[in-house]
Amino acid sequence: MFFRENGQFKSTYRADMQLLPIVQDRWFMLGVIALAFLAVPFVATDYLFLSIINPFLILTLAAIGLNLLVGYCGQISIGHAAFMAWGAYAAYNLVQRVPMLNFLVVLVLAGLIAALVGMFFGIPSLRIKGLYLAVATLAAQFFTDWIFARVKWFTNYAHSGSVSTAPVTLFDWTLDTPRDKYLFLLGVLIVFTLIAKNLTRGHLGRAWMATRDMDVAAEVIGIRPVYAKLTAFGVSSFYCGVAGALWGFLQLGSWEPLAFDLNLSFSLLFMIIIGGMGSILGSYLGAAFIVVLPIALNQIPRKIGVPLSTAMAANVEFMIFGSLIVLFLVLEPHGLARLWAIGKEKLRLWPFPH
Amino acid sequence: MSIPRYAPVAILGVLLAAGLVAPLATGETAPGFWVEVLIGGLMTGVLYSLVALGFVLIFKASGVFNFAQGAMVLFAALAVARLAERMPVWAAVLATVAIMVMLAFIVERIVLRPLVNQEGVVLLMATLGITFFLNGFGQAVWGSDIYEINLGIPREPMMVLGKVFEGGVLVNRDDIAAALAAVLLVGALAVFFRRTATGRALRAVADDHQAAQSIGIPLNRIWVIVWSVAGIVAIVGGVIWGGKLGVQFSISQVALKALPVVILGGFESVPGAIVGGLIIGVGEKMAEVFLAPPLIKAFDLAGGGIENWFAYVLALLFLLVRPEGLFGERRIDRV
Amino acid sequence: MKGRLKGTLALAACAAAAFFATSGTALAQANEQFFPVLVYRTGAYAPNGVPWANGYVDYLKLVNARDGGINGVKITFEECETGYATDRGVECYERLKGKGPTGATTFQPLSTGITFALTDKSFTDHIPLITAGYGRADSVDGSVFGWNFPIGGTYWDAADILVQHVGKKLGGMDKLKGKKIALVYHDSPYGKEPIALLQERAKTLGYDLILLPVTHPGVEQKATWLQIRQQRPDFVFLWGWGVMNSTAIKEAVATGYPREKMYGVWWSGAEPDVLPAGDGAKGYNALVFLAPAGKGAVHADIVKYVYDKGQGTGKKDDIGEVLYNRGMVSAMFGVEAVRKAQEKFGKKPLTGEQVRWGLEHLEITPEMIRKLGMTGFMEPIHTSCENHEGAHAAMVETWDGKKWNVVPNSRYESDMKILEPMIRASAAKYAEEKKLPTRDCSKEDGA
Repeated sequence: MFFRENGQFKSTYRADMQLLPIVQDRWFMLGVIALAFLAVPFVATDYLFLSIINPFLILTLAAIGLNLLVGYCGQISIGHAAFMAWGAYAAYNLVQRVPMLNFLVVLVLAGLIAALVGMFFGIPSLRIKGLYLAVATLAAQFFTDWIFARVKWFTNYAHSGSVSTAPVTLFDWTLDTPRDKYLFLLGVLIVFTLIAKNLTRGHLGRAWMATRDMDVAAEVIGIRPVYAKLTAFGVSSFYCGVAGALWGFLQLGSWEPLAFDLNLSFSLLFMIIIGGMGSILGSYLGAAFIVVLPIALNQIPRKIGVPLSTAMAANVEFMIFGSLIVLFLVLEPHGLARLWAIGKEKLRLWPFPH
Repeated sequence: MSIPRYAPVAILGVLLAAGLVAPLATGETAPGFWVEVLIGGLMTGVLYSLVALGFVLIFKASGVFNFAQGAMVLFAALAVARLAERMPVWAAVLATVAIMVMLAFIVERIVLRPLVNQEGVVLLMATLGITFFLNGFGQAVWGSDIYEINLGIPREPMMVLGKVFEGGVLVNRDDIAAALAAVLLVGALAVFFRRTATGRALRAVADDHQAAQSIGIPLNRIWVIVWSVAGIVAIVGGVIWGGKLGVQFSISQVALKALPVVILGGFESVPGAIVGGLIIGVGEKMAEVFLAPPLIKAFDLAGGGIENWFAYVLALLFLLVRPEGLFGERRIDRV
Repeated sequence: MKGRLKGTLALAACAAAAFFATSGTALAQANEQFFPVLVYRTGAYAPNGVPWANGYVDYLKLVNARDGGINGVKITFEECETGYATDRGVECYERLKGKGPTGATTFQPLSTGITFALTDKSFTDHIPLITAGYGRADSVDGSVFGWNFPIGGTYWDAADILVQHVGKKLGGMDKLKGKKIALVYHDSPYGKEPIALLQERAKTLGYDLILLPVTHPGVEQKATWLQIRQQRPDFVFLWGWGVMNSTAIKEAVATGYPREKMYGVWWSGAEPDVLPAGDGAKGYNALVFLAPAGKGAVHADIVKYVYDKGQGTGKKDDIGEVLYNRGMVSAMFGVEAVRKAQEKFGKKPLTGEQVRWGLEHLEITPEMIRKLGMTGFMEPIHTSCENHEGAHAAMVETWDGKKWNVVPNSRYESDMKILEPMIRASAAKYAEEKKLPTRDCSKEDGA
């Protein structure tokens, strides 16, 4: 009913290969974007922006990055917050040391630096596979935590090892209110989502997926594993680097290495697994879920008037969070994106499911 | 190809051995102190081994990478500590064994069974979910203060081998007790695996799930048993660790320390967990004490603290030589 | 398949509904002053976070129960669990900053990391941050850090006082030359804060500083103490928090380092830090600035007005612990700042900006301390726009296995000749990095 694509014929390859081949999908997407740009800025409160929407946008970017690596290329990384840290500290140093750079240039450079580091830490993937590699990526996490805590140059000799940044200015636009930050983040996210979506549809994405499905077979049909794996690490770290720079400059303002610790890495992994591995949409859904859930769980007891002590509320939050993760994995191991696809399929057949 | 297969292993071994004795060679370190660091590293390694052992048992039998092992150690230690306030320690330990077996039942029923045959990373995330749950549940039931497990071992260190080394060597009694407990545990596990019917069934499952099932070994029951055994290993680890440092939330972090151990030793190897634990323990303490100071001087660092990543780098070095870990089973990829 | 889909959808719907139920709050205009309470009652730092939070909340309850609020303005408060994590702390801040008729009065996060993050927000939100005994050392400078109030002491004071104390023990500051001091510190902004001062002092006094970081949460200190055993420093300064403190003392026992030569900062000198180490902690020293352990008139009031009515936050037996008292005194600063500001702005709910005026004109005299029932628990405080600290003195105490005893004649004031230029320089650097305007304090105080 809602998805009746009868009569939409594709007569060119171009039309057949476009991003959203169904008319309704295109309108829906345009509607969502219009809503995000035109309605949300006027409806949402500062609290929503600062605590939920802006973190959601930035973490979605990071989750897309991780998804490119884990979901598309099949290389598990438990240490991806490290590349966010590289991006954040690279951006900090660029802004401090080369103040004339435009922030957009800083973002790209920070991403590139993170990409280089990511490719370096991706080298073991050429020899180590599966869960062994996953644990090995923790080396990146702990080494990064350590280097930014210890090498004073990276933090501009700040006496407590914590760095702080000035509000970001783009041309004449100072991003100091939550709403400005939101609009900028939204723009960045849309651009990067488009790039990611197209990357995964192109030859690079196909090389990744072939490697994911069976690396030996991929090698046999002429995909060089060095190329596929290292580009995946590079692109993925690039995304996380940009996200890290945004997280530092637009979300935290001042931070310490602990801001990019293992917990953040776990959160990113949760996002792509709850959201759906190998799905850009899944990165969005997963990020929304993981950002909102703890905050909501923390506030629900008080809102519905259950008199829980703070400690008990926090413990219950942990318990429910853990249980929900398990429950979601049991109910739908392929993530929220799969649910979305099933739902869409049902709507397409509705009201005649058979 | 004239390079023999064992050459990389040999080179790595020589390199590590050289690194190990290098501090002695410079002449700046007293041999007695070097021995102390070595013992300290071995003792830490024993604790890592105990946690890693839990990982390995579960991975062997069910293919689950059990991140929750650290949370299980915390939960067990909390249970023993709090129950021991009301009853003798041995009764508290027995009661905790019952609790851990119950936990194994629940985990098998609610988490493992529905997730059979899922991808490794999904299972890993599920155990992270269990970690969250156990951390919250443990603190909700037992509280989040620091609790004591008093094993009645004097804390003051003793000096030994005063005749061999100048100034003697400092040894702690609780470390010795820990090492003994670990040896006993490993011995008991070995007997369990070799001599009992259940143990043989476990080994069969570890070798080949399908074959084991086809000759009538009930997989589900094996999983419960394995998680129970891992729970008991967690109790031993928790009591030793908690007796030494007090029982507190932070214990659940030891899981992270056991990870380099399991990749170094191989996910499926019990001897690997033990040897790996000792290598990592000695390696990181040696690195922290002898390698960090020159590094700080050379690069003007703000303090050392390299042991956290050094363990992983060490494990990575081993993995580059042997991608399945030291004792892991060699994998052959076929198209 | 269908059942599974339904189940998951229902779950998602529940989560969504629950979430939207949480946004949207009714604001009632009332004669109330809202105090947000950032606490950590769970996680690795709970043993220290709980008593502090209990003291803080009990004092607020006392003011309501005994005095009917601050000059008739009732105090309302809400706890938010941070777990000592910066991101959660910031979320709590955003959640609570707009509550109450006039918004949050003042934030006291009890975490240096969260303080760093909130400092950033204070410049736009105009809500004062009281960081009694923690936070940024350079935030003493009110001309740059307009909203931070490290009342009673900073880590630079603490480090300076410890150096003075060990110098005196040796029989003169010049005796420190060639001595070794090891700093065992929590590897976070909190632990790193004193390094700058200790290095500065090392330059003139000529002692060797050994830096030994301990990774969060601090249960793994074997290598740290092996290094101490190897280098045999003359003194160990301990800058730990939570389980790290008791672990450090236990490792000191295990490596045979004399506890008498160990000196903790004031956050490493409470009951949860020494009790787990049992007898081994005997002889261990720590600083104490506001509120040593013990009870005074105010505790009797808390028992009478709060606990006897069944309103107590914690256990009655725990009243009077070091961290409990410190939380209580911290709450008192907020309350007194509001009282002071009411003199200027009227006896009504005040905004953060108005409370800041109170904080910058805080004058807690010995007479007033007596009236508050806190004699012996704090130093007189006198703040101004230029000096947000108000006092910079501390004493040394020793654990005798059962309780803390203040070492006689051990009250020190930090040497402002050394600290002042460091504070100004560091604050100026911060202002430059953040492109912040500085206030002209000479104009402010006149106005």
